[in-house]
This record gives sequence, structure tokens and C-alpha cells, in this order.
Amino acid sequence: MITKRIIPCLDVRNGRVVKGVNFQGLNDVNDPVALAEFYTENGADELVFYDITASAEGRALFTDILTRTAERVFIPLTVGGGINSIEDFDRVLKCGADKVSVNSGAIRRPELIREAAEKYGDQCVVLSADIQRVDGEFRVFARGGRDDTGIEAIGWLQRGVALGAGEIVVNSIDTDGVKGGFDLELLERVCEAVTVPVIASGGAGCAEDFVTLFETLPGVDAGLAASIFHFGEVKIPALKQLLRQRGIQVRIEQ
Amino acid sequence: MIAIVDYGVGNLFSLKSSFAAVGARTLVTGDAALLRQADKLVLPGVGAFGDAARKLRQSGLDTLLQEEAARGKPLLGICLGMQLLFTSSLEYGEHPGLDLIPGTVRPIAEVIPEGLKIPHIGWNALELTGAEDPILHRVKPGDCVYFVHSFYARTEDRYISAVTEYGAKLTACVRRDRVWGCQFHPEKSGRVGLRILREFTCLEA
Repeated sequence: MITKRIIPCLDVRNGRVVKGVNFQGLNDVNDPVALAEFYTENGADELVFYDITASAEGRALFTDILTRTAERVFIPLTVGGGINSIEDFDRVLKCGADKVSVNSGAIRRPELIREAAEKYGDQCVVLSADIQRVDGEFRVFARGGRDDTGIEAIGWLQRGVALGAGEIVVNSIDTDGVKGGFDLELLERVCEAVTVPVIASGGAGCAEDFVTLFETLPGVDAGLAASIFHFGEVKIPALKQLLRQRGIQVRIEQ
Repeated sequence: MIAIVDYGVGNLFSLKSSFAAVGARTLVTGDAALLRQADKLVLPGVGAFGDAARKLRQSGLDTLLQEEAARGKPLLGICLGMQLLFTSSLEYGEHPGLDLIPGTVRPIAEVIPEGLKIPHIGWNALELTGAEDPILHRVKPGDCVYFVHSFYARTEDRYISAVTEYGAKLTACVRRDRVWGCQFHPEKSGRVGLRILREFTCLEA
């Protein structure tokens, strides 16, 4: 049966990993290529590169990093950040990305999802949404979680899947950074509403949070996190051993 | 030299890089003369079967692949490239394939229980069927590889060298003489995938 995926996310600005990284054995802990190789060797099932650059120079650096990573890392690579057009899809896919994650760009112009799915296939288009509770409902936020769009989140994700999104990343703003566990209430609603793979993001503080996630919600396919992996608070090999002991199927490379 | 067949379908960057990582020299080309000179051929592919099969026909590469395979040149189809090796596909209508291995490509939905997600996306374990397959010599029980597909190949058991369990046993690896196919993406399957590409690289041309 298909295994649950563990996905580290690397935020990259001007060619460097942004969140502080604390690893022994890595000479340059902010080098995204070295970090990507490290994670791949240590059991990551997929990597997400998130481009938080604003400048054209930064963007060029990002695509260069992507190319160098794809030359050395042979697991699926998802790229997000600043994806607003088919040209943006093209640019990152040519550099070796396998999937492209859209967020604010799809909120501004939902047809982007359909156009990309028709050109590259549903499996290539990941709809990522930053979601927060407002007045008793789940709302979609744009621009990195800064702007309340007023859009109801579950309906938005369903619309995205209907347009051709092949996977959903649910990032809960309410639990993000709190390290108190994933947002199980929100994730359950999403799993009931869509038929494509669901990736949970926001809130993981320890390995046990991943066990709870997959035990409580068998419909969740993957858990994504950044700082707990970067700081070594959760080590992926140990996390996977724990998941396996608790009866959750994971990939452990021999 | 291994030639990766370029017929305008999909991104060949990762495939080329993964062969480089196992010490193989590759050339990405759609040029008939270069493909005929190559020691081995790799047929990649993502997207829809009908569209890909039409592109192979329009470029005349369908005949070339059939002729080279008949001469015993090793050929490896990957993902949609594996599906194209079969007689036909039922993806959005019925489309003829290369017919290098008898069988049809059919929707996964026909064989898996309701409630399982389609496409079958993610890491899943290979189960070796026992059919002799040199490119799987270093695959161990439980080794996982990365799948992304909504259709599967139905063929005779003797051509199936590995399956994967997803509510049903889905064809994962096929082999007929010197023609090989992987439904999964070895170039995205970590060390296990690289071992398979390495074994293909080491086959006698």
C-alpha cells in the first residue's frame, strides 16, 4: 500500500535557505543544494522549494539552485512561490521541478490551475492554501498569509480540484509556528471535501504530531514541515522508525 | 551511449541527470540516425497516451523503435513510455501503441476499490513476481519507488516482473526479451531507482 510521505520545505531567498538551520556535518547550512542532498540521504520523500525572492536577480539565483539540486537529488521536487503564469510553470519545470505549487497566483486568476493542468497534467499542479479561522469559518489568505481574501476555504479547494489541481497543501495559519500539532479539525474537513492527495502543513512540533496526524486522519497523504527539520528537533530517520512502529506505512531506504 | 528519445513529451532533465549519476553517458535526441547508432534506448513520457502515440507516429519514431527492438537493442520505457510499449490503450478512447509487448493499458479505477485516490501518487513497494529480470537484481522486498499514474498495463503474467499493491496488484515492471518497462519513475525513486537505472546501464548492448 502507498506510504505516507514526509516532506521538508525549504524557503529560499536570494539563493539561501532563510530559516535558521542547525545541522552537524553540513559546512554551509544555508546552502539549499547541500540541504536538499542532506534531506534526500536522510529519508525525505519529497522536497518543497519555496521561492520568497522579490527581485529578478534573486529569481535567477533560485532557478540556478533548482537546476543544481535536480542534478543531484532523485526524489520528487515541488516548487512554489511567485507562480503567476504558465511562463512561471515553464521556467521551473525546465530546471527540473516535478510539481509546481500555486497559491496567490491562483486566487487572483483561478484559470491558471486549468491552463497548467491541461498543459502539464493534473499531477503537476499543486494547490497550496493558507487558511485561517475567521468568524466561525475557514478563510483563504493570500500573499503569504497576510491578506484575508474573504473566500471560504473548503469551497476554494474543491473548486481548485475541479479546475485540475492534482494535490492540495493545507497550511493552517492558526497552528503554524505554534508547534502544538497539525490542525486536525481543518484537515478533516478538507479530506472529506476532496478526492486528491492532501498534504498537511503547519503546527508540527514533535514526531508524535505526525503519528497523531496519520492515525487520526488516514485520508492525509503527507506531512510537511520546515523549522523542526531544519533545527534537527525532529530527525526524519527516527520519525519514520516511530511511524513504522506505530503501524503507519512509510518508506525506509535500505 | 544511451539515447533518451525526445519526441516533445515531458521533461527529460531529471532522467538525463539520474543516468549521469550512475555513470552512464546519455544523449537526448529525436534524430533517427543518432537513435539508430545508440547502444540502448530510453522512452520517457508524461501526459496523455493518445497525444504521445500520435507524436511518435508523426515523427516516424514508432517504426524506428519497433525496428530497433526487433534487432535486440535494449529499450526501456518509463511511465507513459512503458504504457506505449503495449498493443493499445483505453485512455480517452482507444489508441494503438507500439505493440512490443502484448497487452492493453486500462484505467486503474476498473480494478481498485472505491475510495482509493486516483491518480495513484506516491511511494509504493515493489513486489517481485519471480519472472527473471536483470534490471531488478538489486531490488529487495519492500523497496519503494515513486508512482504517478491513473492507468495500468494489463498483460500476461510472464511479462510482469514486479507489481505494486494499491487495492489490487498493479503492473510495476514488465519485460519481454530486450524490452523493459517501469510504470514508476526510477529517476525520482531515490537509491532504489538509481540501482535499477544502473542495472539497465550495465546490460550488454
